[in-house]
Amino acid sequence: MGFLKSFFREVRYYPSAIVGLLIIFGLVVLATYAVIAIPYHRAIDLWRGSGNIWYRNPKNAPPKWVNYFRDKKLPETIDLDSRKQGVAQRKEKPLGKGKQIELTFHFNYTADEFPHDMVIYFYPTYKAKPPFVTGEWITPDGRKIRLGNFAVTNGFSFWLNQDKKLRSRIQRIFEREGIPAQIALLLDPDSLPKDPNVAVEKVARPLKGKYTIKLKFLTFEPDSDVNAEYIAYGGVYGLAGTDHLRRDLMVGLLWGAPVALAFGLISALVIGIATMIIAAVGVWYGGIVDDLIQRITEINMVLPFLPILIMVGIFVSRSLWMIMLVTIALSIFGAGIKSYRAMFLQLRESPYIEAAQAYGAGDTRIIFLYLIPRILPMLIPGFISAVPSFVFLEASLAVLGIGDPVLPTWGKIIQDAQSNAALYKGLYYWILEPSVLLMVTGLGFALLGFALDRIFNPRLRQE
Amino acid sequence: MSRFARYLAVKVVLLFITTVIGVYITILVANMGGYVDKLRMAQLREEIGMKIMRDPSLRDVPIEQKKEMIETKIRLEEERLGLDKPFFIRSLYFLKDAMTLNLGRAQYMVSDSGSRQVKAIILERLPATLLLMGTSFFIIFFLNLFVGLALSRRYGSFIDKLYVASAPLSAAPAWFYGIFLILIFAAWLGVLPFGGMVDAPKPPTAWLYALNVAKHMVLPLAAMLLSSHFIGVYGNRTFFLIYSSEDYVDLARAKGLPDRMLERRYILRPTLPTIVTNFLLSVITLWMGAIIFETVFNWPGNGRLYYQAIGLKDVPVIVGNTIIYAYLLAISVFSLDIIYAFLDPRVRVGGGQH
Repeated sequence: MGFLKSFFREVRYYPSAIVGLLIIFGLVVLATYAVIAIPYHRAIDLWRGSGNIWYRNPKNAPPKWVNYFRDKKLPETIDLDSRKQGVAQRKEKPLGKGKQIELTFHFNYTADEFPHDMVIYFYPTYKAKPPFVTGEWITPDGRKIRLGNFAVTNGFSFWLNQDKKLRSRIQRIFEREGIPAQIALLLDPDSLPKDPNVAVEKVARPLKGKYTIKLKFLTFEPDSDVNAEYIAYGGVYGLAGTDHLRRDLMVGLLWGAPVALAFGLISALVIGIATMIIAAVGVWYGGIVDDLIQRITEINMVLPFLPILIMVGIFVSRSLWMIMLVTIALSIFGAGIKSYRAMFLQLRESPYIEAAQAYGAGDTRIIFLYLIPRILPMLIPGFISAVPSFVFLEASLAVLGIGDPVLPTWGKIIQDAQSNAALYKGLYYWILEPSVLLMVTGLGFALLGFALDRIFNPRLRQE
Repeated sequence: MSRFARYLAVKVVLLFITTVIGVYITILVANMGGYVDKLRMAQLREEIGMKIMRDPSLRDVPIEQKKEMIETKIRLEEERLGLDKPFFIRSLYFLKDAMTLNLGRAQYMVSDSGSRQVKAIILERLPATLLLMGTSFFIIFFLNLFVGLALSRRYGSFIDKLYVASAPLSAAPAWFYGIFLILIFAAWLGVLPFGGMVDAPKPPTAWLYALNVAKHMVLPLAAMLLSSHFIGVYGNRTFFLIYSSEDYVDLARAKGLPDRMLERRYILRPTLPTIVTNFLLSVITLWMGAIIFETVFNWPGNGRLYYQAIGLKDVPVIVGNTIIYAYLLAISVFSLDIIYAFLDPRVRVGGGQH
């Protein structure tokens, strides 16, 4: 306890240490929140996208806050599901064996850019004969555009931009070829460029105001029913954006924190302690044991560490814990042994060790109770400084494509972004978000580690 | 001189043992799923099958008999190569093959010259890797040394404090800064290429070619500097400061020696061996980093080869590349050991070791 008190008294004088401590504290809070808010199995399910959870999200959409930096605001996703209360107006009247159902959706369009895509998902119930639908689109200035009419089978979805009939209808209305449906339907006709060589997407503005979608269904069976969901995939999503699989990056960013912390802290701690014990054993027994440990250390330092880790990742297991185990096994005879050895060599000559030997203390007792506890505080700066290297090691492996197969990590997000040429396509948020988190984590531990090093190493403090 | 030779001989033996151990671990790991065995068997089967099926003197032999011949031949060959022996003995055969770079044939990858030999594929990429890593080692070492020296002269100045404050930046590896640099200079400003070693239509003259390669090297070098410069300078500067407070330096200063000479003879001389040793550690880290580094920058070297081979699951190339890395590491360490031996008088003259 006294040690902790003096530690905090010292740390006060190092602003970088305080910043580092705050960052680490923030990360621990973030990691705790992630694990509580999204339990482990839920996180894995979300990241795998099992059960088609993400179909409502736009693809490759930057986070919402990018709109603060833009003059032309990107639209958010519009999702109107008639199965939810109060979203759509529903009128029904019996007709023959079945009934006539009319679903009306209203939405207000206020963004300055067009959505990426539009789709209507249908959820019909029927035995043999599927319901039939006629769709109509009404713009704020009262123009009516027929969307089409078709039978609604199970799992049917109507992608507006891919419908040939709708496309030719649009071509007739605007007397131009190749305007995507999601643009044509929201287009302000006055902003249509006169020159046919100017691309519509670059000049045209959306007409702001209240839009209406009318879907008229005919069902042909007594129990037959139908629901519909209209989605206009926006240009922005959530606080973190989405990736190429429509996943919410927030899940990966949140879960990256506990994974990075666990990997970094456990590896650094186990390696630090093991290295210290090996150094103490070497110094205490001396002779062949010491020589052997020194030679093993020298050999171990020149082993192709990362290639071996890659091989393990490919041939044995890509699991994070397996990688951690191998990392620890290959690092316990690390460079740290040399510096600990120097400290132990000094300590071995202390009078209290001689006294311990004189009253008959055993070797194990001397090593574990008298030698190691004395320099245990020296472990802390090294331990803290080592954490970033392990955090980045995990990220490095993930970038190479051998990240953990199921867990979402920051490195895996970077790898996804890299392999989808995010920088080339201008999807900067995708790479920047996990990178900034990695950088902040690395800096937090490095800042604290450097300050602690100066506190514990008086030789560096003099200057 | 004999002492010098003995020192180097010990180092060579030690590094050779290290390489052997590294390669052996690689074989052990690779064979955990039986991959190496399977590969050797498949290769054998293909070779013998081809030979017998294509042998013109056996043209009239019926197909069943040919198949029988193939089977007996494979069994004989297995015995000859020791493939029927227990794993420990087999692993020693593999070790011998690996150490002599007899790396077999790639499963999917082909070298630019059209060869399926792993050795050819790997050696083809080696110059690119050596060019990038060699240049960066050279620049980083001397820049760290001279900036460290300059800072120790200006101890406590603003720039000195800036370097000390920037030292934690080295927590991130070079590839990580690479992503940021590509974002800024290639994607955003568009002044430097995204990656690669040379533009797609090769520049016609050797001069333009070299210039083009240099342009592609700017970002990788900058990334490498960002991640290892500040910590390196910080370390060097601290050493210089510690050594410049030694009594013999004070004495020399009192004698009235000029500062430059003081630095060269009394500060740089005794610190250099330690600085070389520290640099050796960072060289090891940089080599490891090269794998991801080249991937990020699309540099056509052995690091990116790893990435491609991992993507294709081309086992012989991965194993072969690991062996090359073991060699490269050992060679780098050995060359630094030679420099160390030149610098440290204890190695040349003797005494003071224990």
